[in-house]
Amino acid sequence: MSPARTIRPVSVASFAQARNVRRDDEHNEVEMLMPVVAEVFGNISITKDDVDFICSGSTDYLIGGPFSFVMALDAVGVWPPRSESHVEMDGAWALYEAWTLLQEGEIDAALVYAFGRSSLGDLNEILALQLDPYYEAPLWPDPTSLAALQAQALIDAGKATEADFAAIASRSRKSALENPNAQVAIDIAPEVLLEDPYVVTPLRRHALPPITDAVAAVVLAAGDKAIEWAGRRGRKPVWITGMDHRMETHSLGARDLTVSPSTAKAAEMAGVGGGPVDVAEIHAPFASQEVIVAEALGLGGDTTINPSGGPLAANGVMSAGLIRIGEAAEAIATGRARRAVAHATSGPCLQQNLVCVLEGEA
Amino acid sequence: MTETAHEPVTTLATPIRLDFDFTPGVAQSRFLKGLAKATFMGQRCSVCGKVYVPSRGSCPTDGVPTTDDVELPNTGVVTTYCVVNVPFAGQSIEIPYICAQILLDGANISFMGLLQEIPTDQIRMGMRVEAVWVDEAELTPSLSSVRYFRPTGEPDAEYDTYKEYL
Amino acid sequence: MADNEVLHADHRLEYPYSRSTGPVIGAFLTGLLDGRLLGVEGSNGSVIVPPTEYDPITSEDTGEMVEVGPGGVVETWAFVAHPRPKHPLDRPFAWALIKLDGATTSLLHVVEVDSADGITTGDRVTVRFRLPGERIGAMSDIECFVPESGGEGR
Repeated sequence: MSPARTIRPVSVASFAQARNVRRDDEHNEVEMLMPVVAEVFGNISITKDDVDFICSGSTDYLIGGPFSFVMALDAVGVWPPRSESHVEMDGAWALYEAWTLLQEGEIDAALVYAFGRSSLGDLNEILALQLDPYYEAPLWPDPTSLAALQAQALIDAGKATEADFAAIASRSRKSALENPNAQVAIDIAPEVLLEDPYVVTPLRRHALPPITDAVAAVVLAAGDKAIEWAGRRGRKPVWITGMDHRMETHSLGARDLTVSPSTAKAAEMAGVGGGPVDVAEIHAPFASQEVIVAEALGLGGDTTINPSGGPLAANGVMSAGLIRIGEAAEAIATGRARRAVAHATSGPCLQQNLVCVLEGEA
Repeated sequence: MTETAHEPVTTLATPIRLDFDFTPGVAQSRFLKGLAKATFMGQRCSVCGKVYVPSRGSCPTDGVPTTDDVELPNTGVVTTYCVVNVPFAGQSIEIPYICAQILLDGANISFMGLLQEIPTDQIRMGMRVEAVWVDEAELTPSLSSVRYFRPTGEPDAEYDTYKEYL
Repeated sequence: MADNEVLHADHRLEYPYSRSTGPVIGAFLTGLLDGRLLGVEGSNGSVIVPPTEYDPITSEDTGEMVEVGPGGVVETWAFVAHPRPKHPLDRPFAWALIKLDGATTSLLHVVEVDSADGITTGDRVTVRFRLPGERIGAMSDIECFVPESGGEGR
């Protein structure tokens, strides 16, 4: 398969997210989603009857209720019966499924949403359950510990220092001051951050993502609908020109944790190198992981990374990847970029990665 | 290389235990707080007019918020039922017992309830029932405030009045 | 109970999963009962530890089981000063990916060290098994690894 494969242009026609918060105590998932679904439709003056397919991303382990994702459909209203699907993955992968269906040409528009309240349980234990159940999960390694193993490998390889992690954290949270939906937005110099205590050596507190309750939604549209709906708010369409996702082995000890070949392959297939990248929205939950993803994407110094603040400013489990695509599209739609790359990750130590290239019209 | 004095291991126990601090949301909280006052609180959809009890804050048909609170009566109809004869771990009720779907008067969705004060061979679809609450001092914001449902003795409801809720 | 009071409920989810091991993982776990570490021959001369029925890189079937360790080299590490309740040790330790002698992939486990100064990538460590009567045929049969220089054994 050639990276230059022909794809059907699909636009990110609308994007909405709730304000990312440490804990939304008051609302259940349906109540969090409803205003966001209303906004994502309302932005372009459509209703649920205008989309042909619905796909969501979430994990039932966050709430501890099997099949809880089915209830979330109440936020959309699925009568008469709708064509619908769900992935136990970040919403970026739900968007990929919808995009694939749009590629087949049978539908012209889809709703994608993602939700998760990370605050109800203990992510340190919940995320251990995605590991190998025989050899790794019984040790209950938490995501910070695994990211710290990766960060130390990066330091040992001479590819990054603790000061680099602090600089990434400082830049991310300063950028978040411009993002009204961000959870952690503050201007603190890297030198000050380096005085933070270690959570798990070599990761200090600032290198960790916040715990976030979040929901987000995107409408994808192709053909005439893409042009008409963008025009309804005086915009030109933002097109997805390439998208791909790849994964690496489940076995942590069989990987070189200092590189991300799956990101590099997805970037190649999505055509990242086909032009300058003005903005990259990178879903690297730990500051150290941004170093690895930026290298794998082949980004140069001209690219602005995570102007939204990225996952260090708000890391809704299951939403943060979809939000990267939404933020990248908004950067183009509002004239801050002409070409952008969005990245989403899943699994321990960047095990699975999705890359999406978006372009505006000249 | 793999000789061993032990029986080969063929299974591995991997028990999982996760603890959550659950919060139910605005609409379900209203329902639960109603139970603590021995009332059934539902919500009406402003588009289709249907009344949901309990409501999750949304009309699953129209996808709009249900903001119109409705207090429902204590009485309703058995739409369908089953008789439970199977013992299971944690069972607190003596078998056999009746598990019924109950459509409260004025509601457009049924929910599951325990039916008592009637022999299991006399239960019927369409039977009129009422909630029996625990003593006032024992009321809590949970379904355990409803001790069970029991027949009211009124004439059965006509099939046509509940057939679309089966 | 005020109308705006948020209700909370403790909710516990429990699954008593029991998994079949298959022949290769089963052999590794049986080896732990014997106080031995086993790997499996993979593609291109690799020795995969912990062993799987397939090569994680090429996905080809793996071959014969081979004994590895008990010593090995720390490939990377992460020091935990304050262990969580489910962590393997209840005192400070370091997570490590350990390439056991004879292996070409690394095993995730913990090393008993009391500070981050006590471990460096490239350090040699050796396994410390639980006493034979305490072993159950699971990863927990490995109590931890210890620095080879200070490995007092049991």
